[in-house]
Amino acid sequence: MARSKRLMTKEASTEIEYETGGGVWQFPVDQPLGLDSGGELAPLEVAYKTYGKLNADRSNAVFICHALTGDQHVASTHPVTDKPGWWTRVVGPGLPLDPTRYFIICSNVLGGCMGTTGPASINPATGEVWGLNFPVITIGDMVRAQAMLVKALGIETLFAVVGTSMGGMQVLQWAADYPERMFSAICVAAAARHSAQNIAFHEVGRAAIMADPDWREGAYDRAGVRPEKGLAVARMAAHITYLSETALQRKFGRELQRDGLSWGFNADFQVESYLRHQGASFVDRFDANSYLYITRALDYFDLADSYGGVLAEAFIKARAVRFCVLSFSSDWLYPTAESRDVVRALNAAGCRASFAEITTDKGHDAIFLDEPALDSALRGFLAAAAERRGLA
Amino acid sequence: MSGLREDFREILRLVRPGSRVLDVGCDRGDLLELLTREKQVDGQGLEISSEGVSACLAKGLAVVQGDGDRDLDHFPTRAFDYAILSKTLQQMREPRRVLSELLRIADRAVVSVPNFGQWRVRWALLARGRMPETKALPDPWYSTANIHLCTLHDFTALCEDLDLRIDACSALSAGKPARPIDPTRGIENWRAETALFLLSRRDQPQPVQPLPGRLL
Repeated sequence: MARSKRLMTKEASTEIEYETGGGVWQFPVDQPLGLDSGGELAPLEVAYKTYGKLNADRSNAVFICHALTGDQHVASTHPVTDKPGWWTRVVGPGLPLDPTRYFIICSNVLGGCMGTTGPASINPATGEVWGLNFPVITIGDMVRAQAMLVKALGIETLFAVVGTSMGGMQVLQWAADYPERMFSAICVAAAARHSAQNIAFHEVGRAAIMADPDWREGAYDRAGVRPEKGLAVARMAAHITYLSETALQRKFGRELQRDGLSWGFNADFQVESYLRHQGASFVDRFDANSYLYITRALDYFDLADSYGGVLAEAFIKARAVRFCVLSFSSDWLYPTAESRDVVRALNAAGCRASFAEITTDKGHDAIFLDEPALDSALRGFLAAAAERRGLA
Repeated sequence: MSGLREDFREILRLVRPGSRVLDVGCDRGDLLELLTREKQVDGQGLEISSEGVSACLAKGLAVVQGDGDRDLDHFPTRAFDYAILSKTLQQMREPRRVLSELLRIADRAVVSVPNFGQWRVRWALLARGRMPETKALPDPWYSTANIHLCTLHDFTALCEDLDLRIDACSALSAGKPARPIDPTRGIENWRAETALFLLSRRDQPQPVQPLPGRLL
């Protein structure tokens, strides 16, 4: 029997109240997580949040897959930063993913640092923090852990699996691995594999972390230090890839922090100051080894690889799933061409797919920003799917 | 269903209930919505404009943002019963390739084309010596999207060349009921403003006839 710590609270968001829940699901040792690398991980713990109520026939559950540095706090105040959830623009009463209609689940990914088993967890074999002894994980492993949680919550078939960025990759993996357990799939600003450029940027981030003397070959926890400088640089480099050149120029241009140049290496330019702030605030809520493991999982991701290099083969069993693929025109991290490849494969596999490129100059970051076209696409797709599912 | 566009009404008549339909250049999804509602088709749209795609999504239609000139080759062979291309073949960069692609993807294609051989067009060119501007071709030469105009006879010749069978053909004119025609007759090449064709491949078995009495 799985034991779980569950918290049930009522959270008032605007005026409409809906139930929220969650906790950490602790899978017993005899329910290990099988890993793509060959081994097993046990005991597995999965931290999750829920918004809304599961209906009587358990047909209104939506699973949200978060991005690289996201977590389960999709629509509720973050316990560390005290900031609103990462997708409050989309998840909430009256919004496309409405907790008064759907039972929305989001869990921290495997390898993460917000409560799900990861390199910062205790290795039961040694009683010490895993650190670099944690096995290398994949997007497939993350999805397997999510599927275990969904099953443990008593949900046979999800109404929708929704994900952005790395979460979108998980959505594609869900469709390949568990097509019979999902009714629809929404993949936003993602790709079916990591490109050389994607890997290259991640390598910069990892190199920055590993170059920090406080990283201590991953055993910083034992030494009582944290490689904050390295992690901050990793975040700074990554953050540039989330923004478009136009957005950076519009936001900062060559504006200075103070009057005149410092004739030194302080943050003269506003963009420098912004990036430093992004880096510094990131280290408060993220673990350096988690960053290494999750970026590695992303780099290893190539969905077609397990299907003889033919992406369409991954979706052959997902013909009953309704797909919605969305990209942003100025996203150069996971450009539209990558989403098109996914759509082509879906078409080739005979899947029912919708695809829209949302015109925006905000880059990859548009996921979190005010994009009415994104909202209306999500709304339209979900409404039609809900009608088909009998949730209308 | 009064007030329905004449070409929509004709397509609605041709498409069999419950079939799989690809609408190439589906615009805001009005035709697909109609076919879904009236004929319970399993529809898929292909549309190049963001506005069109958003409108389709809002209607709950399956739509892919893409270009009929470039993105047809990604659909598998015989994935659909019908591929519809309404009044846009003449705007394609490679109409010949698009037409043969439509009939690779689908068993039947519903294609409508404005007839450049119509007497009004011929008259405008002959009498005025200017590029014709008619009801079916309203834009001046410098801003028209129509880059590959053809006459009814040009089109039937292309069908012959691609080994396509014309299963039905109607002449369309705004505000008038569709008129079944034999597009190979010279008089129709003078009369028809726009022609709507139901095509299939000759090497395919004869499809079930949509309705008796209107076929060639």
